[in-house]
Amino acid sequence: MLNAHTSARAPFPQAHSSGPSLKVERVNVAYSEGKLALRDASLTLEHGSICGLIGLNGSGKSTLFKTIMGFLNPLSGTVTVLGRSSREAQKAGQVSYVPQSEEVDWNFPVSVWDVVLMGRYGHMNRLRIPKKQDLEIARDSLERVGMTAFKDRQIGELSGGQRKRAFLARALAQQGQVMLLDEPFGGVDATTEEVIIRLLTELKNAGHTVLISTHDLDSVRSFCDTVALIAGRTVLEYGPTEQVFTPDNLMRVFGGAASHAAS
Amino acid sequence: MDIAQFFQQAIAPFTYGFMVKATLVSALTGAICAVLSCYVILKGWSLMGDAVSHSVLPGVVIAYLVGLPFTVGAFAFGLLSVVSIGYIKSRSRVKEDTVIGVVFTTLFALGLVMISKVSSEVHLSHILFGDVLGISDGDVLQTVIVGTLTLTGVLMFRKDLLLFCFDPTHARSIGLNTTFLYYALLTVLALTIVTALQTVGIILVVAMLVTPGATAYLLTDKFSKMLVIAAASSVFCGVVGTYISYFLDGATGGCIVVLQGILFMLAFFFAPKHGMLAKSRERRKSQLEDVLERGNLPSSAGGMGND
Ligand SMILES: Nc1ncnc2c1ncn2[C@@H]1O[C@H](COP(=O)(O)OP(=O)(O)OP(=O)(O)O)[C@@H](O)[C@H]1O
Ligand SMILES: [Mg+2]
Repeated sequence: MLNAHTSARAPFPQAHSSGPSLKVERVNVAYSEGKLALRDASLTLEHGSICGLIGLNGSGKSTLFKTIMGFLNPLSGTVTVLGRSSREAQKAGQVSYVPQSEEVDWNFPVSVWDVVLMGRYGHMNRLRIPKKQDLEIARDSLERVGMTAFKDRQIGELSGGQRKRAFLARALAQQGQVMLLDEPFGGVDATTEEVIIRLLTELKNAGHTVLISTHDLDSVRSFCDTVALIAGRTVLEYGPTEQVFTPDNLMRVFGGAASHAAS
Repeated sequence: MDIAQFFQQAIAPFTYGFMVKATLVSALTGAICAVLSCYVILKGWSLMGDAVSHSVLPGVVIAYLVGLPFTVGAFAFGLLSVVSIGYIKSRSRVKEDTVIGVVFTTLFALGLVMISKVSSEVHLSHILFGDVLGISDGDVLQTVIVGTLTLTGVLMFRKDLLLFCFDPTHARSIGLNTTFLYYALLTVLALTIVTALQTVGIILVVAMLVTPGATAYLLTDKFSKMLVIAAASSVFCGVVGTYISYFLDGATGGCIVVLQGILFMLAFFFAPKHGMLAKSRERRKSQLEDVLERGNLPSSAGGMGND
């Protein structure tokens, strides 16, 4: 089903902007009072980069995503997306976000095609009537994740991996300059993972910014140009992959409590 | 009885102005409620519908006291219930359905107390059970205006509302104001309930807001079709129910709702894909295939020599 020849297709539209595309400055975030889930976390991403977000379970990766999206309000600190507030950037249709798990009703009477078109709503008029361009982009996004054959399926009639691909297609269709992917590889087969990685690389080359959390360290080394290590409720270290991805740092992230003292 | 006579009796109801009005109002109310019902059942707001409809009672009494149209008071209290539910839910650890239960029973009870103290001229039974056969011209006009506006609004923004029901996180991430959509949908719900009160009354309004959508949900996997099926079935029940109630001399709301229930049961059993029969047919088929496969096993696996 998966079409591997993505290179034949038209490239993603080039993104234009200057300055960092995503800036998280010293945010403190708590779910409930008195217990910080993120402490003094900072992160800066440039245009045309892919950043891998690495950390143990419960280290705060999803929390960081939700903070960037504004679903959680930081107690202090700021989030800037494309030079403005995250909310403004979202209203301009510039942020695509795929959560770790979709919490939707899978029996909902919508098809894969409907879902992907929803990704275009931000670019349509108030009545959400798709233009020819919207249909083309939606079709193209489905094609890119190899889900064209499932276009008319009700979304509940898909396997777990296919569901992930459908929602990834929706994020692609949004064509936001900033793409936030919370563990897109969970439950996805190796071929699909490869296809997604190639997609993200294409996006990067077109000037988009991608933040992706994953537990697959090997693939991070291969396609992320920057890495952010998250441990002890904060971003421990971020920067170019080869500088950050040292055995020492990895020891600090994955090596247990003893590493905390060192920082 | 010859055919001409039968025919004459059959169309007799429509020679009366009140029956024409009642049929029109029932059909229109049916259509609006049906469209709303698709959102209500997908969002899981059946109890919310019940809550808003019961909460309007004190509003009706107050409107009567100060001489306003009762729809105004009803709408105000419908909104009040929605807002208080939203407010309490977001500021306490009590679950939503509990909050709904507490708020609407309190308001309904308040209405009952007020009626018992204030006046016997507010016809309790008309409010509780509807009185579409006795509807006034002014009320018809009001129903047509409010109904048409509501219907147009919901249909225009049906895609945003659907996205909000399906995936509020995504709705928010593309810049939609989900809090606004939440209250917009609830406001429309309250308006719809108020328009439907005259037809079916407080007690049965929730049926109009749930059953057509539920029936349609069993019959299709496409939302656009769901809207059409729900509206068609609901208008059908509205018209036929009103017609039947003429011969029964009353209980129009009851007739409409019973018909809707029958249609739902038909869909429940006979729906092509999600119906009971289709499902058990499917089950039998897969069992049969199972047996056939097992039957073949010994010959194909014979060489293995296990067991
Ligand atoms: N809704 C919530 N309410 C309270 N605490 C939460 C909530 N969600 C997460 N937490 C806590 O916040 C911390 C960070 O969780 P988060 O989901 O960000 O981890 P993560 O890095 O995404 O982990 P994983 O790799 O398992 O996805 C955890 O200690 C978790 O227990
Ligand atoms: Mg997570």
